[in-house]
Amino acid sequence: MALLTCRNLALGYDGHEIVHGLSFEVNAGDYLCVVGENGSGKSTLMKTILGLLPPIAGEIRTGDGLLRNEIGYLPQQTEVQKDFPASVWEIVLSGCGNRMGFRPFYNKEDKERAQRNIERMGIRKLVNRCYRELSGGQQQRVLLARALCATSKILLLDEPVAGLDPVVTAEMYDLIEELNKKDGITVIMISHDIAAAIKYANRILHVAGHVFFGTKEEYIESDIASGFLKGGEDK
Amino acid sequence: MNEIIDKLLLLQYPFARNALIVGVLIALCSSLLGVTLVLKRFSFIGDGLSHVAFGAMTVGVVIGLTNNMPFILIATTFAAILILRKGQNAKIKGDAAIAMISVGALAIGYLLMNVFSKSSNVSGDVCSSLFGSVKILTLSTTEVWLSIALSIVVLVVFVLFYNKIFSVTFDENFSTATGMKTELYNLLIAVVIAVIIVLAMNLVGSLLISALVVFPALSAMRVFKSFRSVTICSAIFSVTCAFLGILISIVADTPVGSTIVGTDIVGFLIFLLIGTFTKRRTA
Ligand SMILES: Nc1ncnc2c1ncn2[C@@H]1O[C@H](COP(=O)(O)OP(=O)(O)OP(=O)(O)O)[C@@H](O)[C@H]1O
Ligand SMILES: [Mg+2]
Repeated sequence: MALLTCRNLALGYDGHEIVHGLSFEVNAGDYLCVVGENGSGKSTLMKTILGLLPPIAGEIRTGDGLLRNEIGYLPQQTEVQKDFPASVWEIVLSGCGNRMGFRPFYNKEDKERAQRNIERMGIRKLVNRCYRELSGGQQQRVLLARALCATSKILLLDEPVAGLDPVVTAEMYDLIEELNKKDGITVIMISHDIAAAIKYANRILHVAGHVFFGTKEEYIESDIASGFLKGGEDK
Repeated sequence: MNEIIDKLLLLQYPFARNALIVGVLIALCSSLLGVTLVLKRFSFIGDGLSHVAFGAMTVGVVIGLTNNMPFILIATTFAAILILRKGQNAKIKGDAAIAMISVGALAIGYLLMNVFSKSSNVSGDVCSSLFGSVKILTLSTTEVWLSIALSIVVLVVFVLFYNKIFSVTFDENFSTATGMKTELYNLLIAVVIAVIIVLAMNLVGSLLISALVVFPALSAMRVFKSFRSVTICSAIFSVTCAFLGILISIVADTPVGSTIVGTDIVGFLIFLLIGTFTKRRTA
């Protein structure tokens, strides 16, 4: 049984359809890269998988005992976060919120978990800093540490390297690869970086008028990729 | 000088002490959720609800209820839930819906008061429910106890749900996506706001409530940088300003509500200065 199965999914806002006919599965340990042009519906797909938006048609099933509160999410930055007074520690710890139920305060285990993920992301020096005063790359690490507090099974990342310089981008990819290979966390990542998608992922989902889903080898061979790949190389 | 001391001797009397205690408690409660409201861009909901509370009050007066507060509380809570729902379902029209409800309640309230009130001083009554009592608060014993009890409930709820309120405020999508009961917590926030507004109506009147909610949070955010320190600072700020404001209003014979808001404004300016000064130094 796959961790996540989508059958004939149609997505959109308020009944207005953006893409349809999405079918794919994600197995435990997969590294799925979602590619496609701006506005093709990648973020919409992710929000639908996360239950933030209802699908217009089709179904999303979770398997392997994956529960709602075992999912980690790295959003594209929202506006409200930009002037929010919050320390790095507060934000990372808030990732443990989904394991609290109605327990009002974080316990020792939650705090240790947050501490561990802070170490793992190499942001120990920043714990008491204010989030809004960090650089983009540091902010992404904080949000990734928070996502890791929420899950040890599956991570959904919406453009984790947007706006990062090449060095930090490479570091970020290495971190994500390590989480996937070493810790066995399933990764679903949206990215415009087609070269990285092919380098790191084992499955590719191309969201467009004509949807492609398959292994990266199949993707490289496919027609849909050739135009997109060339576009990528020209830059 | 003697005059001032004479005036402060008023505090010997229970009614003045009650006003001080209740005022400080209300200020404390309203500052706590202020941070969340400001950050969620919800300041206007507080404003809208306070007008609804005003409308409900006039309805209560017309029906002839002797103790108005429970009725206002229920009506305002109901409106809070309604507005929150609206805001979620139809994002674009949320603003307009709130404006409609709030202005409508204000107009109908004034109309009812004019048509049905048996009081000889209608404009005085309207004025005091919009801007708070002119003289020091005179609260009935029930009102005092109800205010104290509700304040304690608000404080307990805030402390117990502090971490959830943080999560929902900082990133609602993340909280929902990772399986937290965001809707429930939003509902809770709405109910608590309604309670706070009804409480604060006695103190500063329904037009000035937003000040009590917004100023402490905005001031604290100039200077502090973590959610916890901002929350604590805005609580201390609000309590201090309310305390000073009430004392000043006793001494200077000024209306309570606007005096408290006045001290809030002065406090905000001070924090603004501190904020720019510390920023310069670190930059
Ligand atoms: N809240 C919304 N309400 C209505 N339509 C929306 C909303 N958000 C996005 N859309 C529309 O849905 C389409 C897909 O948007 P989406 O954000 O999923 O694109 P994307 O593939 O993530 O693009 P990008 O690469 O720029 O992030 C776009 O045409 C956009 O205009
Ligand atoms: Mg997107």
